Amino acid sequence: MSGVLALNRPIASAWRLRLPGPDTFWAAAFALPYAAIFLFFVLYPVIFGFWLGSSPALYTELFSSPLYLTALANTLIFVGIGVNLKMALAFLLSGFFMRKRKWVKALLVIFILPWATPALPAFMSIHWMLNGEWGFLNSVLDALFGIDGPIWLIDRWLALGADLAAYIWKQLPFWTVIFLAGRMSVPRELYEAADVDGATGFRRFVHVTVPLQANLYLVCTLLSTIWTFGDFNTITFISGGGPSMSTEVLATLGIRYAFTMSVPSLGVAAVLSALPLLVPIMVLLMRKLRTSDVQL
Amino acid sequence: MKRLGKIALGVGLVVWTIMPIYNMILVALDDDAAEYSGHLWPSEMNFESFRVIWTQDYWYLEHFWHQFGNSCFMGFMTMVLTVAIGSLASFGLGRMRLRHGWVLGHVALLTYALPASFLAIPFVHIMHRYGLSDSLWSVIASQTMFATPYAILIFQQYGRLIPLELDDAARVDGASPGQMYWRIYLPLMAPALVAVGTYALLLAWNEYLYQFLLLSSTQSMTVAVALDQFFDSDEAPWNYMMATAIVYSLPPVATYYALRRYMVAGLTMGGVKG
Repeated sequence: MSGVLALNRPIASAWRLRLPGPDTFWAAAFALPYAAIFLFFVLYPVIFGFWLGSSPALYTELFSSPLYLTALANTLIFVGIGVNLKMALAFLLSGFFMRKRKWVKALLVIFILPWATPALPAFMSIHWMLNGEWGFLNSVLDALFGIDGPIWLIDRWLALGADLAAYIWKQLPFWTVIFLAGRMSVPRELYEAADVDGATGFRRFVHVTVPLQANLYLVCTLLSTIWTFGDFNTITFISGGGPSMSTEVLATLGIRYAFTMSVPSLGVAAVLSALPLLVPIMVLLMRKLRTSDVQL
Repeated sequence: MKRLGKIALGVGLVVWTIMPIYNMILVALDDDAAEYSGHLWPSEMNFESFRVIWTQDYWYLEHFWHQFGNSCFMGFMTMVLTVAIGSLASFGLGRMRLRHGWVLGHVALLTYALPASFLAIPFVHIMHRYGLSDSLWSVIASQTMFATPYAILIFQQYGRLIPLELDDAARVDGASPGQMYWRIYLPLMAPALVAVGTYALLLAWNEYLYQFLLLSSTQSMTVAVALDQFFDSDEAPWNYMMATAIVYSLPPVATYYALRRYMVAGLTMGGVKG
């Protein structure tokens, strides 16, 4: 389907070739460093983590804690709205950036700035922007409209909204570029043929663009969902989980349990409790990656 | 009318994108954070904060250049290790067709989809057990382990563009697998090596959580952790902090724009990680 993204040719026959002794030894030697890294730095911590969070008592404790339930609800809101809104916007914007005009190309160069800027400084700046008294945003509101802006980060919903806005600000360019690459890989002739058949504008979008990009869109959304579940930086630096821990998500709450309150097992349990949601997404993603020609 | 809408969209996007960056510069150029009044334009170009960073003239910034060096060292080692380990593994799995090698490939794919913050708690405990607490090497290990799966994915994809017959020809000429890796595989993989190396460098430079959890002394700290300490303290002058944030952001931003083509090529070659 998509030329740039589809380099995934089956090489199943190659796997079946059995090699003689010395070559197998060499091949194993080449793979050894990664195998070692995986054993010592991934597998061992993963097993240790499961062991830490294995007691059922931890989960009854979690589910009776209002703090945990709030964090769970926040996680679902943050992931649900954040990922879908971001992906939809990125997809639409990638269409806008397909234009060949000079000013659109220049705009793209500016537009990827949030992707290039490290999360930490960018989020610190946004946090400061949202300060109720001297923040830049309220100064702008005052200067332009004479509105006395709210103190953004002392209300749970405003704070969560600020987290979402900052999250979209930071992540949008990256996914727009991905979708842009996906759209670019569709041969021009296909659109020209659609034009000849009278599919233009909205109809071309629905009947040509969307079906062609659906698979890429799905894979990207699944991947982004998994990563957003683990998003620690946005919440930590924008709302700080506040006011009074009302905007914590599972990732930040887990770290708080483990390192601020020194109950690592509870922290691990908070994180592990997301697995029933994560595992189906991972399975679907793996299957999509293996069967489709969209390779991410 | 339609054209007007497009221009409005363009202007909106620029304002949305630039605002936090502009705010960063605005605060950094302010002369006195204590009396920060919330103006919209810099009243004067005051580079005092940058001078303070350059001369480490404030107690939070006492070790700034040492910490900057730590960040550089950590990023560089992550880059080298990721490219080395990833290319070796992908050569063994993809070119040498290691038996049962697909297990390792799938394992890498799973690690790729693992949220880093979910593994942090047990990882930190294991690092203490290894005696690597407060060591830059523990951070390098964590970043390498998260970057290598991406490296293997990209190298596998890119490696398929290199015909296997080349290896057979080299073998007939008596080349050992080591020579094939060094003389044929690596030179032909150069664009992918650049893309993955840049990715690993920026991943390590921009990462925060593992550095925060693993590094505690001012000597081993990186800029990210120092910046966070700044952020957490109540009396810290914001103009110094924002100036530090700008200095910290400059290397990755410069790298992105210089190597943009490679980065995007790397992404579309077959791997995505933000």
